[in-house]
Order: sequence, then C-alpha cells, then structure tokens
Amino acid sequence: MEQKYYNNLIVSSSPHAVNNEDTRRIMLTVIAALIPSLCVSTYVFGFRVITLTLVCVVASVLFEYVWNLLMKKPQTATDGSAALTGLLIAFNVPSNLPFYIAIIGCAVGIIVVKNLFGGLGCNLFNPAITARIVLFISFATEMTTWPLPKTMTGTDALVGPTPLGLLKESSDAVLPATKDMAFGFIGGSMGEVSAIALLIGGLFLIFTKVITPHIPVAFIGTVAVISLLAGQDPIFHICAGGVMLGAFFMATDYVTSPLLGSGKIVFGIGCGVMTMLIRLFGNYPEGVSFAILLMNVLNPHIDNICEHFLTKPKKVKGGANDGK
Amino acid sequence: MSQQRKHLHSIHVAHHKNTSGCETRQMPVPAEVCIPMSMHIGAPCKPLVKKGDEVKVGQLIGDTDAFVSAPIHSSVSGTVKAIEEQRNAMGGYDQVVVITTDGKQEIAEGIEAPKVENLADFVAAIRRSGLVGLGGASFPTHIKFNPKNIEEVDTLIVNAAECEPYITSDHRLMLEDTADIIDGMTHVMKYLELSKGYIGVEGNKPDAIEKLKALIAERGLADKIEVVTLQTTYPQGAERVMIYEITGKTMDAGVLPASLGVILSNVTSIAFVGQYLRTGMPLVKKRMTVDGSAVNEPGNIIAPLGTRIADIIAFCGGYKAEPKKILMGGPMMGRAIFSDSLPIVKNNNAILAFAGAQGLVPEETNCISCGRCHRACPFNLLPTALSDAMEQKDAARLEKLRVMQCMECGSCAYVCPARRPLGFNNKLGKAILKEAQSK
Repeated sequence: MEQKYYNNLIVSSSPHAVNNEDTRRIMLTVIAALIPSLCVSTYVFGFRVITLTLVCVVASVLFEYVWNLLMKKPQTATDGSAALTGLLIAFNVPSNLPFYIAIIGCAVGIIVVKNLFGGLGCNLFNPAITARIVLFISFATEMTTWPLPKTMTGTDALVGPTPLGLLKESSDAVLPATKDMAFGFIGGSMGEVSAIALLIGGLFLIFTKVITPHIPVAFIGTVAVISLLAGQDPIFHICAGGVMLGAFFMATDYVTSPLLGSGKIVFGIGCGVMTMLIRLFGNYPEGVSFAILLMNVLNPHIDNICEHFLTKPKKVKGGANDGK
Repeated sequence: MSQQRKHLHSIHVAHHKNTSGCETRQMPVPAEVCIPMSMHIGAPCKPLVKKGDEVKVGQLIGDTDAFVSAPIHSSVSGTVKAIEEQRNAMGGYDQVVVITTDGKQEIAEGIEAPKVENLADFVAAIRRSGLVGLGGASFPTHIKFNPKNIEEVDTLIVNAAECEPYITSDHRLMLEDTADIIDGMTHVMKYLELSKGYIGVEGNKPDAIEKLKALIAERGLADKIEVVTLQTTYPQGAERVMIYEITGKTMDAGVLPASLGVILSNVTSIAFVGQYLRTGMPLVKKRMTVDGSAVNEPGNIIAPLGTRIADIIAFCGGYKAEPKKILMGGPMMGRAIFSDSLPIVKNNNAILAFAGAQGLVPEETNCISCGRCHRACPFNLLPTALSDAMEQKDAARLEKLRVMQCMECGSCAYVCPARRPLGFNNKLGKAILKEAQSK
C-alpha cells in the first residue's frame, strides 16, 4: 500500500501552547498606564513635556538598537523595554531639562546600567532610577531647576522649589494645598506630579495583573506610617515627590524587585523606610530614587532569603502549602 | 464537598473545546494496523503470533510474565503481515505487530463476560483485559486496583476533569456511555470494598454533570457516589491536584494515592471496566478527539488500536493544510510526534494536527523575573530558580527546590512572557538530579 506520510513534523517539548501575554505586551501595558500622568504633565508644564519624552524614548530605543547591532546580539529594540526606560527617564527629570542631558541619561540607563550587565533581565539596578541619580549628581543645577506649573504662575518661565524643597527649607513653610498636590499642580519632575493620574495607571496595572499590589501597598503604607510617627501629614508625603511614580512604576520593575510576595513586601517596606529617612534626616529633600536603588542592591539577598524559606522542608506533606 | 478549601494555584488556558458537540463516530477498519508491544509503563510484551498467522478481534497477541505489564490484543481480524522494530513516539524502538485486515472483524473465540466473585477474580480479569491508565499515564490498572494496603483504602475518585484544551473525548464518553461509568464504579467499589466514590468534572461540562447526577439518582447510589464540580482551570485533572481538590489530602510526588486511602482512576478506564465486565471484550479500541487547524473535519471518533494517525486524519476529511506539528494528547502535556505513520496506542485520547503558528516553537527571550511561573505552579515551585539550577547542573539546589515535585504540567511555560521552556528544563533538571543521586 503506497501512502504518503509526513515524516518531518516539528518535535518539541510540551506545552505546545502559550499565553498571548509576552514581554512586549507587558511593556506596552506599562507604557499605556503612564499615559494619564503624561497628559496631566503636559497640561501642567506645557508642550515641552511631549518633546522631551519623545527625545528620551527615541534615544533609548536607538541606543538599544545600536548596542545590539555592534555587539551582534539578537535585536531587542522593539520589545518595548527600551521605550519604557526612556519614558521613565523622561518622567524623572524636570520638563525644562536640556535635551543633551536627557540623552546622556538615556545612554547611562540603556548602555551602562542595562546592556553592560547583559541586557533585559540581567540588570541589577533599575535603569531609569540609576540614570536619574547619575544626572542628579552630574548636573545638579539643571536637575533641580524645577519649572513651576502653568496653573500656578500663568507662564512656564518661572522656576521654584518643589513642595519637598519647601519643607526642607523650613518646617513652617507654606505648603501647596492637598488638592493641588493630588492633581499635580505642583513643581517637580515632569512625570511624578500627579498622584491621581499615577494612581489610575497603577490600579490599571494591578487590575490587568501586570503587577501585584505587594510593593506599592507596602511602600506607600510605610511612607504613611512613618510620616504619621514623625508628626507630618501622610497625604503630603505620599503625593509629594516620586513616591507614587516610584511605588507603582519603578519599584515594581520585575527584574530589580523580588520574585516572591513575601520578598516584595520586604522590598516595599524597605523603599518606604529609606525614602522617609532621607526626607526627614538626609541632606536631600527627596529620597525615592536613592531608596529604590538601595533596595535594588538588596534585591538578590531578599530573593535568596525568601527562596530559602519557601523551600525549607515543611511538616505538612506535598503541595497544598502556601509558601508565602 | 461543601467545606471551603483554598485552591491550588492554577491557570486559565484557552479551552478550544470545539468538538464537545460532535457525536462520536466509529471509524471503519483501516487496511492495516500496527500494534506496538509496549503500550504501557513496564515490561514490553512478547508477540504470541508470527508472520502469516490469522488473528481475530480480541485475540491475545502479546503477553509477558512481568508483573508491571499489560497484555496486548488484536484490534482487528486479518493476517499478520510482519513483526518488526519500529521507532516509537518517544524516540526509542518498539516491537510492532503489523496486521493486514480482512474487514470482517470476526470476534475471537472465548470472548465472554468474565466471572467475577471476589477481588482476586476482579484483578485477574482486569489484567486479562489489557487495561492501563487511559488518562495518559498508561500504568497497568490491575496493579492500581490491588494496592498493598487495600484495607486502608476507602475512596474511589474518578478523574473526568478533562482540563486539557481541545480534548472532548471524556466529555463525549460521559454523555454517550454514562451507564458504563456508573457500572464500572459500582464494580470497583464492590470488589475493593470502597465506601465512597467521587467523580470530578470541570464546571465547563454542565450537561455531563447533569447526566451523571441523574443516572446516579436513578440507580439510588446518591449516598455512595458524588459528582464534584471542579473549577474550570488547568491542571484540575492532574492526579495530585484532583486528590487535593476533592479530599483535601496533599500528596508528594512518587507516593501512591493508595497511601492516602484513595484510588484514582481516569473516567475512560472506569467506563472500560464497566464495559469489560459486561462483554469481556479486551481493550482494542479507543475514543479520541481529532482536532487542530490542519484537520478538515474535527470530531470525536472511536478507532481500533494500532490505526495509523494518517488513516485517522483521512477519516476526518484529510488535512486542510500541510501539518507542521502533530500532537498525541492535548497541547499542554501532549507529545509532539515526528511522523503521522505512527499508530495510536491505548492511552491516546486526542490527535491534534496544526498547520500554522500554533505548531511552531516560540523564540525564547531573557527572563524578566516577573514571577508568573511561580504563581502558576500548583505545587508552589520556583521554575526560574529551577531552570537556573538546571543550567548550572547544581543537583543539590535542584533537590532543595524540590524538582521531583514537578509534574510537568507546563503551566509555568504557558504563562511565561519570555517563552522559556520551563517545564522542559525541569525534565532535564530531574535527569541531572537522578544521575547525581545514582552516583
């Protein structure tokens, strides 16, 4: 009996199906979650927000592309992660920052922090946070010249201190109204001003299960508790500076935060404590980026300790243990 | 079960149960069948026929004295064309008996309902029937039904979850052969002296649940047999998951359910027990789902064991497009095979042929430590750490991370956004650990 058989079928290991949620889709979801804040920021600081954001995103993607080209590595410029880093760098600088400084920041984030360590997934520190800190130390004047919101001055020509800067200068400074702080009509890095817009984006990420609530809740909760203990307004401390942006979008970076829920809580509390220590006792008015960077350093240790507890032999047999 | 219990981690997979409305069709006997002498876990059988012999349906054609094994019967009537070595789906070699069929399907002499009065008779009859675990494990059933601690066993769980996407053969079985399932359960519970029986069905098969419940009530077995509606997530049909979801008992890998007082059996196996005790016809045919993007007429069929996959596809309208990947079983745990000339064996419950994107292997990218794999794992393992340990060939860490607990359900790889083959890595990890332990 002559019969044609297909003898060259693909043989691979199971499972033969995958979820449609891949790395690019996750990155694009996070980018989408940052759009509300970008809109508020544009309203508050003017159109330069958009051009600066575009400069950062394009520069980051280009650096990623060129790096992969030169290093003959698989091309990852389109996986959305470089674009997200660029967006977050833009969110972490004042809107009047000269473009060349922003581009230096992107080079630091993409090449030094991310790709020298092996690219996406291998970096020890959050590229956007580290880039911000490098710029902050290298270009101290430009990075701390905060444009005042248009709604406050009627023009974007004037600059002034951020709410945290005011608090640092003197303890009885006139702080902005809570409403202005929540909506973002305050000075600061362009993406961090609107607590409400960031909250909307953060809840969207939790709702779409891109992030778990552990880190944001632990981070923001700790900030609130410590500011209460210090006799200051917790709402002010949550809305001011980079807490909302950091808690929902920077500290939750998968690569540089712990894998397990228990570790995430430790990480979030650590971020909150460091932030408040810097704010209350440090030289700088703001401490979120340093706090996250410091916790990034501890991240591998947190992961190891959590792994140890998870895999410690238990008395109960088998799989029903919830190894939190 | 009324008490609330925390569910194990599980995932939602796309169901693709396209064929659940397709009534099972009996496939005509193909021109030739090719029956492997090893369709079970354990020792392969030795052929009892030689080239040129006439065989009939149900005739014993392969057997062995080994304890862990199951006899093989002819699924057709015809003439033995050859006995040869053939590469099997696992990549090894099996002895196969190739039979040219005569189309008459004459039934062998002595096929009659077995006389069963006690457990010993029952176990012997099950061995003669050639039954193995039809859910996929293909462990000889006569061993499962005769555990060493039989006096401690009091519960029978029938696994009818059918959590794999695409597959609907168990669903059709429950609708079409409901009585066989209840008969089979009654027999097993009677001879093994079990007091309680459960049928675990996923909630996406309400018609099957309804039908089982109605028949149980009609037979007055409501106090002995309970239909449990399971949540519709993957992998509800995994042995350890099902035992936990139904009884709340947790079990380590490598432990027999009997040590927890449970016998767990696939619904198809149980239905076969009911059938066999009524007719005495050994396991010679199998109901399976044929589906996938490369198949013209997806559906459920009953085919003689040993039918080549190409013949089955031809019966289902042929290929719509050139197949790129063919699976024996479902997409989550099924095996990709290299050729459609392979025959179907006892534990096949689906043939899925894919033409396009679904057949291809996705490109692996860097792990982004998102933790989805860990949150998907029913046993709370750490697939990323396991993969690291495997790549470093670190046997001690593999053991600490409990690699042996992995049942290779593939949930971790299914949810991985970087498309890493995490389940496969665990297979390799187990091999590394076993090798280190044997030194």
